[in-house]
Amino acid sequence: MKYVEEFRDLKTVNNLVNKIRETVTQKWNIMEICGGQTHTIMKYNIEEFLPDAITLLHGPGCPVCVTPLEMIDKAIAIAEKNDTILASFGDMMRVPGSKHDLLSVKASGGDVRMVYSPLDAVKLAKDNPGKKVVFFAVGFETTAPANAMSVLEAKRLNINNYSILCSHVLVPPAIDALLSDKNSKINAFLAAGHVCTVMGYNEYFPLAKKFNVPIIVTGFEPVDILSGIYSSVKQLELKSYSVENSYSRVVTQEGNRHAQEIIKKVFEITDRKWRGIGIIPLSGYKIRKDFEDYDAEIIFDVGLIEQQESPLCISGQILQGFKKPTECSAFGNLCKPEHPLGAPMVSSEGACAAYYSYKKLRTKVN
Amino acid sequence: MPETKDINFSNGLSCPIPKSDYDKVLLAHGGGGTLSHQLIQKLFFSQFDNDVLNVHHDSAMFDINGSRIAFTTDSYVVQPIFFPGGNIGDLAINGTVNDLSVSGANPLYISAGFIIEEGFEIEELWKIVLSMKEAANKAGVKIVTGDTKVVDHGKGDKIFINTSGIGLIEPGINISPKNCREGDAIILSGRIAEHGIAIMSAREGLEFETTVKSDSASLNNLISGVLSKTKNVHVMRDPTRGGIASALNEIAESSGKGIHIFEEKISLTEEVKGACEILGLDPLYIANEGKVLIFVPNTEAEGVLNIMKKHPLGKESSIIGTVTEDDPGLVIMKTLIGSSRIVDMISGEQLPRIC
Repeated sequence: MKYVEEFRDLKTVNNLVNKIRETVTQKWNIMEICGGQTHTIMKYNIEEFLPDAITLLHGPGCPVCVTPLEMIDKAIAIAEKNDTILASFGDMMRVPGSKHDLLSVKASGGDVRMVYSPLDAVKLAKDNPGKKVVFFAVGFETTAPANAMSVLEAKRLNINNYSILCSHVLVPPAIDALLSDKNSKINAFLAAGHVCTVMGYNEYFPLAKKFNVPIIVTGFEPVDILSGIYSSVKQLELKSYSVENSYSRVVTQEGNRHAQEIIKKVFEITDRKWRGIGIIPLSGYKIRKDFEDYDAEIIFDVGLIEQQESPLCISGQILQGFKKPTECSAFGNLCKPEHPLGAPMVSSEGACAAYYSYKKLRTKVN
Repeated sequence: MPETKDINFSNGLSCPIPKSDYDKVLLAHGGGGTLSHQLIQKLFFSQFDNDVLNVHHDSAMFDINGSRIAFTTDSYVVQPIFFPGGNIGDLAINGTVNDLSVSGANPLYISAGFIIEEGFEIEELWKIVLSMKEAANKAGVKIVTGDTKVVDHGKGDKIFINTSGIGLIEPGINISPKNCREGDAIILSGRIAEHGIAIMSAREGLEFETTVKSDSASLNNLISGVLSKTKNVHVMRDPTRGGIASALNEIAESSGKGIHIFEEKISLTEEVKGACEILGLDPLYIANEGKVLIFVPNTEAEGVLNIMKKHPLGKESSIIGTVTEDDPGLVIMKTLIGSSRIVDMISGEQLPRIC
């Protein structure tokens, strides 16, 4: 398959690995921001190729992982109401709330639907005029244009029974927060290619300068990841700290202007809580007042929900790169993909689930 | 009338699924992954415990008057009931024929039980019946008994079909996951993940345009060709729900052997590859309904492969891996880029990712 297979090519991989090995002279910690990248790293066991001097830290870029508990609880409370259809991306459905998850609500008779696109949720609203359809709009800048678009589309079609429960998060403020922590061990970032496809990468120049870190816009195939690592190492060894686009087949510096305009029309920037990490200033989107008729938080009064996070879960430490999943006492025993205590054990892009599935390897296949 | 006794649940008969897991059945309990296994192991196997059941094969196998019999049952609840490449009817015949075939049996007689929702179109039922007839004719089996129940509107999902089947196993054939031996070659009969992708492409809310068709087919003819070449087949599995990853994990687990496979040997059509990329799904975990995994001693592998390649359903057969004493109970894959990774048992259903 063109544009995929050449980025999973054995020769190119070996070439890059050799270059990385020739370049590195000291220890470096590189954080991949996006859960999709974490997944590729685990799925292809990229760490098998890397010299010991390079440590990969797995960042907070898994939307399932950082959506705050109160939002999950709100989604669950809405899904439990009669005459409501809660539509969600698939991997949100197993994320544990304080008491249970959306799949359990579905098992108890709640109308919870899995959709691939928020526009499918608009269609659900159109086809079910007697029900209130709520789309659980989570994700980074990547999913924001489609989620905003669904609101515009509902308005255009005069659909009055559609709303979104918005819990959007943004990458650059998260990088700022991670690096502002005095215990941060991160030397370089692989920025999330999909996010930059939408937003471009102008926002990253001030961050690279402020914290002296290379930020490499990186894709999701093995060759992309290794190219990103190679660019990071090259810069670090030369004490150079700039933004580099290693995913230029998809990303431009300005990003997708049209998508950005749609986002701006519907959303405005707000402080946002990240699960396990806390409030990061100006790190999320909320729905503008002009569109409050489509804001599920305003439409539904779910009352005060008492939140309870598992006391064992150390996901915040893991998402900030301070700890590896294997350092968690619940990992693999009390917390497993079939019974997650924390969100990173849910999605295939969550660091804990990725470690659980792929990190039991003892030998190499020859 | 036999005397009935009240069962005292407080006296050591408490539910074996810990409260900390789930107190209700979830869809994932039927997904073929870890949750399904827990449910079956802890609730069913522990209570129905007997020598025939404990073999944990696709069919039960036992002797009656000197004949070796295979007996199996399966229920079909596929949604949508009509999908590219087939419908619930031919699927129900092919699935049960295949469960018997991979036990080394020659499938003979099939039963069909229908649970139909009030209001279901007779015209649709007729189409299903015709395709069952055609599938049975193709496989050379007879549908010899059946049952029909109708439930209230809203209490079923159009139609559910259960089929059971029996077949005869020839002397000298002994196929079981426990027979997996070090050095066995693992042969896969063709391209994977077509059934699952075809179903997903037609499912409400997820419709996408694709030319992928279900691979639903009866494998008894292909398999009898292999068994006429050699009876020395150790393990056979049709990798349905949960895909080849789940089938291989079950074999690794029940034999205590390690399984090594090679990603480059596992073939997929471009359409299936594309759909998996877009949906964020791993084809190793996606259902097949017309494929078989065959474990034979390495010395027999080339001969079996040649026979399979001559059959229309086995043209794309290839040796995808081997059995090893290393990594007991695990499936490990050499990836396209030369690294090694675990292919784990999936915990529930694959959930499409967000971005």
